[in-house]
Amino acid sequence: MRVRAQIGMVLNLDKCIGCHTCSVTCKNVWTSRDGVEYAWFNNVETKPGVGYPKDWENQKRWNGGWERTKSGKLQPKQGSKWRILANMFGNPDLPEIDDYYEPFDFDYDHLKSAPEMEAFPTARPRSKVSGERMEKIEHGPNWEEILGGEFSKRSQDYNFEGVQKDIYGEYENTFMMYLPRLCEHCLNPTCAASCPSGAIYKREEDGIVLIDQEKCRGWRMCVSGCPYKKIYYNWESGKSEKCTLCYPRIESGNPTVCSETCVGRIRYLGVMLYDADKIETAANAADEQDLYDAQLDVFLDPNDPVVIETARADGIPEDWIKAAQESPIWKMAMEWKVAFPLHPEYRTLPMVWYIPPLSPIQNAAEAGKIGHDGDMPDVRSLRIPVRYLANMLTAGDEEPVVQALERMSAMRTYMRAKTVDGVIDEAIAARVGLSGRVIEDMYKIMALADYEDRFVIPTTHREQVEEAYDLRGGCGFTDGNGCSSGISKGSLFGGKRKPLKMPEAMS
Amino acid sequence: MHNFLFGIFPYIALSVMIFGSIARYETEPFTWKSSSSQLLRRKQLIVGSVLFHVGILVIFVGHFVGLLTPIWVFDALGISHGAKQILAVVAGGIAGVMALVGGAMLFHRRWTDPRIRRTSSFADIGILGLLLVQLVLGLGTIFVSVQHLDGHEMTKFMSWALGIFTFDGQAASYIQDVAFIFKLHLFLGLTIFLLFPFTRLVHIVSGIAAPFRYLLTRSGYQIVRSRRSRPLPARNVRDVKTPAE
Repeated sequence: MRVRAQIGMVLNLDKCIGCHTCSVTCKNVWTSRDGVEYAWFNNVETKPGVGYPKDWENQKRWNGGWERTKSGKLQPKQGSKWRILANMFGNPDLPEIDDYYEPFDFDYDHLKSAPEMEAFPTARPRSKVSGERMEKIEHGPNWEEILGGEFSKRSQDYNFEGVQKDIYGEYENTFMMYLPRLCEHCLNPTCAASCPSGAIYKREEDGIVLIDQEKCRGWRMCVSGCPYKKIYYNWESGKSEKCTLCYPRIESGNPTVCSETCVGRIRYLGVMLYDADKIETAANAADEQDLYDAQLDVFLDPNDPVVIETARADGIPEDWIKAAQESPIWKMAMEWKVAFPLHPEYRTLPMVWYIPPLSPIQNAAEAGKIGHDGDMPDVRSLRIPVRYLANMLTAGDEEPVVQALERMSAMRTYMRAKTVDGVIDEAIAARVGLSGRVIEDMYKIMALADYEDRFVIPTTHREQVEEAYDLRGGCGFTDGNGCSSGISKGSLFGGKRKPLKMPEAMS
Repeated sequence: MHNFLFGIFPYIALSVMIFGSIARYETEPFTWKSSSSQLLRRKQLIVGSVLFHVGILVIFVGHFVGLLTPIWVFDALGISHGAKQILAVVAGGIAGVMALVGGAMLFHRRWTDPRIRRTSSFADIGILGLLLVQLVLGLGTIFVSVQHLDGHEMTKFMSWALGIFTFDGQAASYIQDVAFIFKLHLFLGLTIFLLFPFTRLVHIVSGIAAPFRYLLTRSGYQIVRSRRSRPLPARNVRDVKTPAE
């Protein structure tokens, strides 16, 4: 057993209102620069839909993530090390910028500088890459917003696997949900595994996956390696970039920008202890549907005395162990089993988990005669097909998703009985394998979602590894351009930025 | 002039290449990159880039082995100078045509595609142009070479290249009387060495180093970095005592 700590995230899709505040605040902080206009470290997709970049979930097309070979070996789906090296001259699995969208801006100046004309002046789009006029904008970061576009196109959605999807194109049967996405900071990241330069690494102390901008050579294998397509090639700097989980904020105990600004309060951040020695076995489970359980098995109970003892021996600070014991992630993923990994079948062991959304009863006309399981509606008759959610969250295994939806439904029924009728109905809790006390805890964390309950983030202990004396007068986090925050002029070697000090690889 | 171009300039070019590259790697590691434009336009890139790179690599290895292997090694192996020249002309010719076709595709793409043209620096276009000219010159020398297939002409270049690397003061004189196109090819080649650290060509070093690092020095797939000054000792589960024990 080798105990490590990871900052995990859970997103409660039941409460996501699709306002894109997370995407916009993230954009403003991290990707409002040349070369990454098209990149959204956080984006919100309307499902069902093909998403951004188009069809990203279809690994038959993009070859992202891992595969288990016939001989039982785990290797990147785009190929073993040899194959990856052979593809360095031209990567056959790399999306083109049009698969995301060609970034554009509008000629706003024309609105005020246009001469007197017969027609009203308009601001027409212009490409941010080539600077040329774009006659038509073909795609955008959120092209399918609120089910935009034809069903025939949106229904290419990979999650319809095994679902009779035709009826969901009918107006009466339409369903919709939002899926905010960011880097999963996987336990078994394919991006890092695919990098020939070894520039991508996972941080030991908090599990954040980062790209060393000084070691990245732009071989772009990580872009195709990541099944979530959350690595973006900066066409201006020639380096790959990704979500940093706002590590400068996390290090100081603050939530990420996307979490902090989430108006629906759907995001949770907390510590998970895991056994690093179990990762390979877990990611290599023979049956795809076992991967969810295998990942649960990697997590370590922070209240187990053996785990605590080992964690201390492995140098995990005391306040991190305490944070792990109070982690909302642990409660939702392990205790209540309401949160699930996104596409566990990619075998990356992702660490951003999702609570599936409840949805209205399938057919409003039949609302009176819908299947009821006692006092609660049968979650299988909810508008969003359970199989659809299961394809997204548990590799198609419906049971865990059904249980989670039932527990969330029970939470509502229990709390309604308590607050409206003034009755504590333990039977409701018992039917979903919980107790009234647990349900009230769920209610406090999932429904009320106070700031302190959502974000339990211990600070990084830099004082244990760095000389504070050397840091005095420093400028904290910068964009790598010395102490200035801007962009400097090019150097003899065509450079624009000064180097950053980076931690060393472990032996 | 001849002595400067082929006796002194090689040292200038190689020194700038080596020390310039070290300086760039040390002071501006962020700029050390392949500058791939595949994201912006896939068309023409895959075929063009593979042809170009494979061709160039074969030519590079051919020149390296062909010029810098001491002549007595070939004699000891019983490979006649004529046979070696025919090998060089055939293998170099095929690889040269591959590289030229691929390079022409890449140049066409870079010059005509608005996305790529707009995001290219002067150095990006310039160095590709120089490489294409160099390929044309190199292929052009074949027409001179086939007029005397005894391999004698080639030994002159081998003596010169070895002379440069063994600090032979007479090195330039060995190629005093070769055809002008060879001299042009050599001069342009040395100029490309000179420009190496200031262009995207530096990615060649990483491209050659990457397979060794990826295959040999990285045991598994994953990399974890720690701020710890000393790594944790390896430990077995049984070494951990539960508080109860």
